[in-house]
Amino acid sequence: MHNKSIAQLSASLRGGEFSSTELVRHYLERIKNLDERLNCFVTVAGDQALQAAEMADQRLREGNAGPLTGIPIAHKDIFCTSGVKTSCGSRMLDNFVSPYDATVVERLQNAGAVMLGKTNMDEFAMGSSNETSYYGPVHNPWDTDRVPGGSSGGSAAAVASRLCSGATGTDTGGSIRQPAALCGITGMKPTYGRVSRYGMIAFASSLDQGGPLTRSAEDAAHLLQAMVGFDHRDSTSADEPVPDYSATLDEDLRGLRIGLPKEYFDEGLDSGVGDAVMAAVDEYRKMGAEVVDTTLPNTGLAVPTYYVVAPAECSSNLSRFDGARFGYRCDDPDSLEDMYVRSRGEGFGPEVKRRILIGTYALSAGYYDAYYLKAQQTRHLISDDFKQAFDKVDVIMGPTSPTTAFAIGERSNDPVTMYLSDIYTIAVNLAGLPGISVPTDLVGGKPAGLQIIGNYFQEAKLLNVAHRLQQVTDWHLAVPEGF
Amino acid sequence: MQWETVIGLEIHAQLATRSKIFSGASTAFGAEPNTQACNVDLGLPGVLPVLNREAVRMAVRFGVAIEAELGRRSVFARKNYFYPDLPKGYQISQFELPVVGRGQVEILQDDGTAKTIGVTRAHLEEDAGKSLHEDFHGLTGIDLNRAGTPLLEIVSEPDMRSAREAVAYARKIHQVVRYLGICDGNMQEGSFRMDANVSVRPYGDELGTRAELKNLNSFRFLEKAINFEVERQIDRLESGAEVVQETRLYDADKDETRSMRSKEEANDYRYFPDPDLLPVELDDSFIASAVKDMPELPDAKRQRFGQEYGLTAYDAQLLTGSEALADYFESAAREAGDPKLAANWTNGAVSAALNKGGLDITSSPVTASMLGVMLKRIVDGTISGKIAKQVFEGMWSGDGTADEVIEAKGLKQITDGGAIEKIVADVIAANPRQVENYLAAEAAKQQKMLGFFVGQVMKQSRGKANPRQVNELLTKKLRG
Amino acid sequence: MSLDRLEVEKIAHLARMQVSGAELDAVAEDLSDILDLVAQMDAVDTAGVAPMAHPLHMAQRLREDKVTETDQRDHFQAIAPATENGLYLVPKVIG
Repeated sequence: MHNKSIAQLSASLRGGEFSSTELVRHYLERIKNLDERLNCFVTVAGDQALQAAEMADQRLREGNAGPLTGIPIAHKDIFCTSGVKTSCGSRMLDNFVSPYDATVVERLQNAGAVMLGKTNMDEFAMGSSNETSYYGPVHNPWDTDRVPGGSSGGSAAAVASRLCSGATGTDTGGSIRQPAALCGITGMKPTYGRVSRYGMIAFASSLDQGGPLTRSAEDAAHLLQAMVGFDHRDSTSADEPVPDYSATLDEDLRGLRIGLPKEYFDEGLDSGVGDAVMAAVDEYRKMGAEVVDTTLPNTGLAVPTYYVVAPAECSSNLSRFDGARFGYRCDDPDSLEDMYVRSRGEGFGPEVKRRILIGTYALSAGYYDAYYLKAQQTRHLISDDFKQAFDKVDVIMGPTSPTTAFAIGERSNDPVTMYLSDIYTIAVNLAGLPGISVPTDLVGGKPAGLQIIGNYFQEAKLLNVAHRLQQVTDWHLAVPEGF
Repeated sequence: MQWETVIGLEIHAQLATRSKIFSGASTAFGAEPNTQACNVDLGLPGVLPVLNREAVRMAVRFGVAIEAELGRRSVFARKNYFYPDLPKGYQISQFELPVVGRGQVEILQDDGTAKTIGVTRAHLEEDAGKSLHEDFHGLTGIDLNRAGTPLLEIVSEPDMRSAREAVAYARKIHQVVRYLGICDGNMQEGSFRMDANVSVRPYGDELGTRAELKNLNSFRFLEKAINFEVERQIDRLESGAEVVQETRLYDADKDETRSMRSKEEANDYRYFPDPDLLPVELDDSFIASAVKDMPELPDAKRQRFGQEYGLTAYDAQLLTGSEALADYFESAAREAGDPKLAANWTNGAVSAALNKGGLDITSSPVTASMLGVMLKRIVDGTISGKIAKQVFEGMWSGDGTADEVIEAKGLKQITDGGAIEKIVADVIAANPRQVENYLAAEAAKQQKMLGFFVGQVMKQSRGKANPRQVNELLTKKLRG
Repeated sequence: MSLDRLEVEKIAHLARMQVSGAELDAVAEDLSDILDLVAQMDAVDTAGVAPMAHPLHMAQRLREDKVTETDQRDHFQAIAPATENGLYLVPKVIG
């Protein structure tokens, strides 16, 4: 069962081949048997899942099921779920049970999807390796000594090891695309504003965007369809028409103009990954696409800019975690100040603290212009690079991550090196564009990703381009041994 | 040395919206603690703000009323600091680009001349909750019902030179926001709060170091606190000490200001544009619809009262104090057909009775139309102005309309010439010595002495004789 | 760009976050490294470039002034560290 795509599962459920309850039990069993080695889940919500499966079966029997009815998925533990703990990978929220549902959770629930549980993640989504989680690192199913990437590492590893048929994630600087690449699955970050941020615990509000992690572009289309759309509770939600993402998956790619930015193929790129990406590009050539050289001259500014913008916003977004109304409060505070500094000092891990401190510094009196304002200006330059590139090309392609999965512990003591692993994904968030990572051929037995970047609200085009590759190659079908 | 006082005010007016500025929770005052604090107001993880249209509309109305430049593109910013009544650890406010830019209002000074006070800006922001310090086992209780209530912070230029001017300005802003219907102005409930920046300097010098006075919840306290603070600063400077830039709290019981925190501990608020909110763009149609039912504002009304009704500047000023009072006056005047008389009565007897009873004009037991009818009875000679006082008292204590009171108490003026003639004859007959003196006096003196006879006649008639007729008859009879 | 212990303490105070004496040096070093990375922005001249706060060029949408929320105090306070009589309790606010 667990090897089937979402569309296949949906067909089987409707055809009565098996029930959602059976399917959910099967996945719960897999989680029970396999997750010990991976640590993908912070919370497995078995009872709720079985209840939801029963309701889905009811709908299936009544014949009013949608494409996601009865499909078992997992939510990144950053999405608020009422009645089920939402930890955000932090000690700060280890005791937090949200009194309300995130829009994404509500929408997937309304679509009939069944939540199996909540997936592990870097603490407050701050990390590229899933090592900053309060609940311990997630292991990459392709090599359990290696990281799955982050911050949506739990979701990526769970989908790759087929502990769920799809999962949600969030992407602030590459947090869906990079773990998708490192785990050999498909992960999409939609256009900023496409997926509601309501109930998605904020890291950096102007960059955060939710999206799907799945085993194929076709599955991504199904999951994304249920996630997107205008939400009146999110002021930054885009009131744009939502196309039928599955309808255009098979469109012909002849004449598609693919831009390869030279800055994405520089000396920092692992040559094996570079070759795998070029092999994927060749497949597109064969399909009749036109490949042109393009340039994104300010690429080098992306990481520095990001490490001002994201920490600045996070330093303010995370001020609400103060021990007063929810979440962690230190033992026996002897004053208000003591409650603040110890609750926050003990509740947050080192990476979160680093970013809060950097952000606080960047916004503080005397430094605002040099850091925050400057970063907003360089952000503009980065965004303009894409604008110019999209005058001449339909999509931009390149590697998702400069390397395959690195070893657990390898970079955890060197924040700056860790930050540079997001060099190809970060600019997309700064510009607010949609991007998708799809598996290339394995590189030395490990997955790598091709990143496809589109213009604003071109999710349908990206899914179409990704899907066509998956029709002519079987790279996305590779599965890690032992799972 | 001659010292000059420099004052600027920051006024926080709670906007009279139904729901909060960024959430759909109610803003009603006085609910049980935390029953009107929704997940957005509590700053729960994942929640997001969505701006209330009405709050923007109200800010625009204020901007137009003070002839301000409107911020066609205004931006919400976060003001970051930690305090338990501030759930998110930041207040959503406006910083660089406020919704209302530079404007102005006019105040009347004590000598009756006008002075223009500049308004630097007015911006939208969210109110904080309340900390309750009663004893919860040595802990503080937090009520977040008020958190997220929309505020318009109105910042003046340092244009005021005395506590009286500051009060006149504050009253003017209070009057404007109430006319516009954007704030209920209730100071006890904290709907209208004032902070004053006060400094002194030798005349013509550069600005001195200022202190910010907080907790001024009435116009009287505003005046007293500034006066105390000015004295304090002058004392310090004259004794060779310096004024420290600090926040000071006014203690009404002791009538003094005392230091809250000094500049060293001043917060670094780390303002930056709120990424959860987008720029607010005011287009012409929004502005047009916001101001389409603008009321006549106090200044315009005051001028019209002067021109249309021939009222003195002082009367017009008093009558336009609130829209309700102005409306009261105008309908009484219309009913009576005599605006000056209506103005005298509204500012006189009506105001005095309201003050005595601690009542507002809207709850006056004598309605505008009741007063108008009574005044009409003065105009048409049914009662005298003096008798009218009794009629008014009767109406006030619930004895009915003017006509009912006049009828029931028999207060109708005696205009029957024969009846008055008889009383006049009786008074002349009863006072031969006074008549003799009168006749012996010079003409100029006679006029004065006539008062005695008039008084006697009025007394005999129990005030009901028509005074004009009494005068005429007496003069004729005495000389005759 | 390098931060010293004193500066880190100042920032930590602004952020109301305990950084122990033992951690200070390591944190100062990490932050300094990050600031070095960030300093690469200085290589570009941004004079005249408009700051970009948002990826989308949209204006703020305005909500109708309607009360849509009902009292959920008990629900919300079920996850609070300390409450009494409907109030959230925190250590005494001094002053």
